[in-house]
Amino acid sequence: MTTPLAQLFKKTQSENRAALIAYIPAGYPTQEGCKAVIDVFADAGVDAIEIGFPYSDPVMDGPTIQEAANTSLNAGTGAKEVFDALAHATSRGVPSVVMTYWNPVEKYGVQEFAESISSNSGSGVITPDLPVDEAQPWKTACAESEINSIFVVAPSTTDQRLEKVTAQCSGFVYAASLMGVTGARSGISSGAKDLVDRIKKVTDTPVAVGLGVSTREHAKEVAAYADGVIVGSAFINALSGADSLDSGIKAVRALVEQLALGVREGRG
Amino acid sequence: MSTSSKDQIDTRAGHFGQFGGRYVPEALIGALDELEAAHNAAQKDPEFLAELAHLHKTYSGRPSIITEAKRFAEHAGGARIILKREDLNHTGSHKINNVLGQALLAKRSGKKRVIAETGAGQHGVASATAAALMGLECVVYMGEEDTKRQSLNVARMKLLGAEVIPVTTGSKTLKDAINEAMRDWVTNVDSTNYLFGTVAGPHPFPTMVRDFQKIIGEEARAQVLELTGKLPDAVLACVGGGSNAIGIFYDFIKDKDVRLIGLEAGGDGVETGRHAATITGGTPGVLHGARSYLLQDENGQTVESHSISAGLDYPGVGPEHAYLSDIGRAEYRAITDAEAMYAFSLLCKTEGIIPAIETAHALAGALQVGRELGKDATLLINLSGRGDKDVVTAAEYFGIPL
Repeated sequence: MTTPLAQLFKKTQSENRAALIAYIPAGYPTQEGCKAVIDVFADAGVDAIEIGFPYSDPVMDGPTIQEAANTSLNAGTGAKEVFDALAHATSRGVPSVVMTYWNPVEKYGVQEFAESISSNSGSGVITPDLPVDEAQPWKTACAESEINSIFVVAPSTTDQRLEKVTAQCSGFVYAASLMGVTGARSGISSGAKDLVDRIKKVTDTPVAVGLGVSTREHAKEVAAYADGVIVGSAFINALSGADSLDSGIKAVRALVEQLALGVREGRG
Repeated sequence: MSTSSKDQIDTRAGHFGQFGGRYVPEALIGALDELEAAHNAAQKDPEFLAELAHLHKTYSGRPSIITEAKRFAEHAGGARIILKREDLNHTGSHKINNVLGQALLAKRSGKKRVIAETGAGQHGVASATAAALMGLECVVYMGEEDTKRQSLNVARMKLLGAEVIPVTTGSKTLKDAINEAMRDWVTNVDSTNYLFGTVAGPHPFPTMVRDFQKIIGEEARAQVLELTGKLPDAVLACVGGGSNAIGIFYDFIKDKDVRLIGLEAGGDGVETGRHAATITGGTPGVLHGARSYLLQDENGQTVESHSISAGLDYPGVGPEHAYLSDIGRAEYRAITDAEAMYAFSLLCKTEGIIPAIETAHALAGALQVGRELGKDATLLINLSGRGDKDVVTAAEYFGIPL
């Protein structure tokens, strides 16, 4: 099985740089606004897109993404809107995945969810609250639909467990840079590099780092040791802090351009 | 629906048939493993068990007594009604049983800080109490709505030295307090134990909390046998997350002729959609780290629950209850706000006991089941908490000027 996401990492590795992975919740700031954000991601240098499935009880997210999820849910976002956003992203030629808490997948149907990812040309799914120990039915569904299953590992994950979790990952391994929830922070945790080094010892699957990455400097720092740099809350802050959708989109574009430079500077 | 191990029995630790398990961020797996190991070791350690038994005897007031409610029974078809008096425990409910156990574990594990979620405030008060007793820093997360509904308990927690953090996200109630406590735990897992208040959440919480609550049923079984010479025909308890119910049910599960009946919060009526009757009116899914029944919409988003009782106002339920329901060993019914408040008032006036509004749901169930089974039946009811905290709510409900 090879997905557009897997091919992307071959390309960025051959270019000796990290991939820029951008997150936006489906339906945020509005359904149309989300598509405009995806267009800017595609035009301004994002390498892969994560479409968030907004969820009522997001325990791994900080206030920024919680509020964005609420906005989107209040506007009626459901599975249909998530797959619409995914289809829009993949139609722009950008390898794309969905990031979702587990219950919406169960409710939709495990097999059916994997099939809908595939039929919308998605590369895979990130499941932040599905430990590999509970993931057998999901792994089977992903294999049948030929999509990537991406699990999250944390600084607290033991070496023994890293081996077990990364063996179940395809596409990339999502390394949480710190113990905590999502959200922009002033600096990158020193634990992030240690974690990536430990992961690299047990797997050849590319490793992308998320949680707290928000600036070109952060991207440059992470790109020095990781295969991918994941940015989420910073885009939401750019949109929520703007006085119109147009100015929000402009701010997102400016941020993407900076981050795209950052992921190319790390190995200089 | 899910294609997961639905039709086969899952025998891994922490799984109850298709229910239970661990659906949490990877960052918490290590802490849950550590907690599970500590709990398993403690349950086999005579020193730990002796220390906990000593606290029960000299601090929280165990064994709790049983009271036969003869005047109340006249309204329940003449069936014999026996109340297990968890309301007489220190801090006023069964919640202390669990927190003494978990706080002792935290102390043994060298943790200096504990966090807790609370709805009605009873678990928060119990946690603040245990933390004060054992010299631990305590932070309690409580939905902003609940801090208003239960301001007396907020003051109690503060008097006991705990920090109370009002949660302003989502529906601002218990489910959001749990989310916020989980986020705290993910961030501070090295220094902190999460004192979870009910038999829900990721493994090992449903098993651990049950182990600390099952003393209720062990005592009550022996006490009823001594009083009546036989086992009760039915055991009844209210069910929010389900800790007092599992506590009194567990020792009777082996007694196949004893009916186990859980009373859920029916709010305005299950048919109205404004209720918290998770097993009666919900569907299987994953919330707060475990698979169980929950109130959810067609996209798997949690739906807000409604109940006059803050302690039952929760859209999930413990996975072991979901399992006991599915295999037919326990039955679950919904009691409306109005039925619960009628039973609340009746117990006050016939027995001189003001129950918690949560507990009043079990009493309303006793009125129903007593009439169904008739005067030869004996019913054991878990009187899980006292109603001091509910005086304002009840006064408003009954139009008593304050």
